[in-house]
Amino acid sequence: MKKRLRSLRKMGFSMYHFSKKFLATAMFGALLACSAHAATINIHNGGDPQSLDPQKLSGDWENRIAGDIFEGLVTEDAKVKPIPGQAESWTVSDDGRVYTFKLRDGIKWSDGQPVTAGDFVFAFQRLMDPKAAADYAYLQYTIKNAEKINKGEIADANQLGVKAIDDKTLEITLENPTPYFLDSLTHYTAYPLPKHLVEAKGADWVKIGTIVTNGPYKPVEWVPGSHVTTAKNDQYYGTADLKIDGAKFFVLEDQEAALKRYRAGEFDILTDFPTDQYAWMQKNLPGQAHVAPFSGLYYYVINSQTEPTKDKRVRQALSMAINREVIGPQILGTGELPAYSWVPPGTANYDEPAYVSWKDEPYKQKVEEAKKLLTEAGFGPDKPLTLQLKYNTNDNHKRIAVAIAAMWKPLGVNVELVNAETKVHYDQLQRGDVQVGRAGWLADYNDPDNFLNLLVTGVPMNYGRWSNAEYDKLIKDGNLEKDMKKRAEMFKQAEKIALDDSAALPIYYYVSKNVVSPKISGFEDNVKDIHRTRWLSIKE
Amino acid sequence: MLSYAFRRLLSTIPVLWIAVTACFFVLRLAPGGPFDGERSLPPAILQNLAAHYNLDKPLIQQYLYYVGDLLRGDLGPSFSSEDFNVAQQIMIGLPYTFTLGMTAFALAIIIGVAVGCLGALYQNKMPDYVLGAMILVGVVFPNFLIAPILQLVFGIQLAWLPVGGWGDGSLKYLVLPVVVMALPHAGRISRITRGSMIEVMNQNFIRTAKAKGIGPRLTVMRHALKPAMMPVVSYLGPAASYLLTGSLVVESIFGLPGIGRYFINAALNRDYGMVLGTVIFYMVLIVFLNLIVDIAYAWLDPKVRNR
Repeated sequence: MKKRLRSLRKMGFSMYHFSKKFLATAMFGALLACSAHAATINIHNGGDPQSLDPQKLSGDWENRIAGDIFEGLVTEDAKVKPIPGQAESWTVSDDGRVYTFKLRDGIKWSDGQPVTAGDFVFAFQRLMDPKAAADYAYLQYTIKNAEKINKGEIADANQLGVKAIDDKTLEITLENPTPYFLDSLTHYTAYPLPKHLVEAKGADWVKIGTIVTNGPYKPVEWVPGSHVTTAKNDQYYGTADLKIDGAKFFVLEDQEAALKRYRAGEFDILTDFPTDQYAWMQKNLPGQAHVAPFSGLYYYVINSQTEPTKDKRVRQALSMAINREVIGPQILGTGELPAYSWVPPGTANYDEPAYVSWKDEPYKQKVEEAKKLLTEAGFGPDKPLTLQLKYNTNDNHKRIAVAIAAMWKPLGVNVELVNAETKVHYDQLQRGDVQVGRAGWLADYNDPDNFLNLLVTGVPMNYGRWSNAEYDKLIKDGNLEKDMKKRAEMFKQAEKIALDDSAALPIYYYVSKNVVSPKISGFEDNVKDIHRTRWLSIKE
Repeated sequence: MLSYAFRRLLSTIPVLWIAVTACFFVLRLAPGGPFDGERSLPPAILQNLAAHYNLDKPLIQQYLYYVGDLLRGDLGPSFSSEDFNVAQQIMIGLPYTFTLGMTAFALAIIIGVAVGCLGALYQNKMPDYVLGAMILVGVVFPNFLIAPILQLVFGIQLAWLPVGGWGDGSLKYLVLPVVVMALPHAGRISRITRGSMIEVMNQNFIRTAKAKGIGPRLTVMRHALKPAMMPVVSYLGPAASYLLTGSLVVESIFGLPGIGRYFINAALNRDYGMVLGTVIFYMVLIVFLNLIVDIAYAWLDPKVRNR
């Protein structure tokens, strides 16, 4: 671009004929206007997407692209509040189980074909098809018969609780009333698929050049290992309001390198940054580093089936002796908030979570009580407690593990630190081959159930194998409860049971970390860390 | 020569088969599977995934499937990409990796040989020390240290070059990654060239050439360089295979597309198909490059040719 401008300018100066000079100036002006008009944004996106097919995804970097190019019945606003997307309105039956969606008029795929209720039925049926093997199908198990179809227990896909009444009306029936259902419809598993294209092209429908989408943008280029480029989808109903013409989502796993590219102006938004650079950024790039509460929990799994952590007193002592207040500000440096509850505060359909009873005690007192608990459990100077603490190899996990091992040292606990690559680590957790182990959970949907479910007996992610019949019953009954207040109370009661029994050791609530160029406006920090390009604008 | 090359290539088939077989089974012994991660999937989903990729079949049957596909030229699917299979991913990354690798290779030879020759001709004099010390920096410091420093200096402080990315593939995007890749090899080539050159310069035929009154430049160019290159050439084979298989560090620091990241990431992600695919690709490439080195030997040294 620069080169072309320069040669044009030369042309303008060297031509003596007025009209030609005028023409050149006009061209030059048009070119300038053109470059100012093409507002594109460069986003550091981390990994390469697994696919452009929204049913084949599992990562947040994939969600960033998918959510820009597709849109579900319901979508997110800049603060991730669910707002009407492809559906302009909906009604809910009195029993809370049947949702009837009215689609917007004139919604189209990027090839101009209309988006119909049939496209949604097709997408949900495909999502649940066991042969399609969608990783995330279980997120929509709240829909009637979804789980049975996905498990192969029902062969007839038409039994799924998603029906097209006509082209504009979609009816979704749930297994149980689900307060977070609308929220889960913003998830990429609930996006429609272009039935006409998928049926005609099979697996190749996602290829660049073939793919059509119904979101504000459409993908136009994908260089694996480098970037995905999107451009405005002219068929989108809100296309006139889009201030950004397209985005480039860059693959770059090295966060230090990403920060350098940001400083050089090659990126406008970083979707993560090295924590040890936070202090430097606050000083040198004031206001550009965004750190905000994020719906996720960093915790330690603790085995409640094997000695010595089978003893509740041991678990509680270990939990109490973790000085959570220093981890966010001092060990990580990004100010993650200390976690004393299982459900992060601010989760929807819930008020304040239940906290551990000793939350507000001074740290010294906690350590004293922890010592006492360990003595009661039979551990002491002549019988020291020896534990293995496992974490997946990562600098931050290591720093935290080392710090926590040091916090346990005064209790007379000898900790052996064991690290393994992610796959091996989680394989060990799943097999229950763990005493204390690092884990984390990022919410799929904004509801306490998403966190509380992790401690239900028999759930694969209940790595510590903690089991409590009363807890299980409260969660089960709570999910059937229609009265939202009662439901929240039951959940809170369950959370209290888990915390009192030290079912796991919550450590901190995650924060989202973005760096946003001052050129960008409309970027709102939110608990899901989702920032759709359609809400952003950029100053050249 | 041709039949020799053909036999060499043919002899790699059993080696390839053994490597694929060993790799296939060793991979499955490694703890953790392709679908383990922060988020454990429900058993029903895992079962669907296993069925989708034939992972629910007995291992020996999976192996036969794989070898069958391989004989048909199909490297199979990759777990980490739904839209591109293993062969497609390698083919997409290859042009980028080859462009980077070949450029780095050429740069390494030019710098390495030039510095090595100068070092030999000015043995234990100022140019030898200065150039030797400079080139040593490239050998001693690892690329994950050099790369960020170059980014900081040339990308941010001086703002002469882009910090990363492939851009439109023009030269300015290639400079930093190519230099980072070429430096260690340039260093080693220069050391080998210097040593070999010193040895050659002390040979009788060089003394004869000098006695005939040929100037020093001609002596080096016409008589000394070719024999002095013998040890360098034997180093170039491995160096080329190293550079042409890409670099995880360079690709991930500069955010470049290419195949360098595949092998390590695939192994970490238990992406069985991708690991096997890259192993096969690397083996074929290494065999091929070694063959070229042998042919180059024959061209450089008549003694080898007549053997």
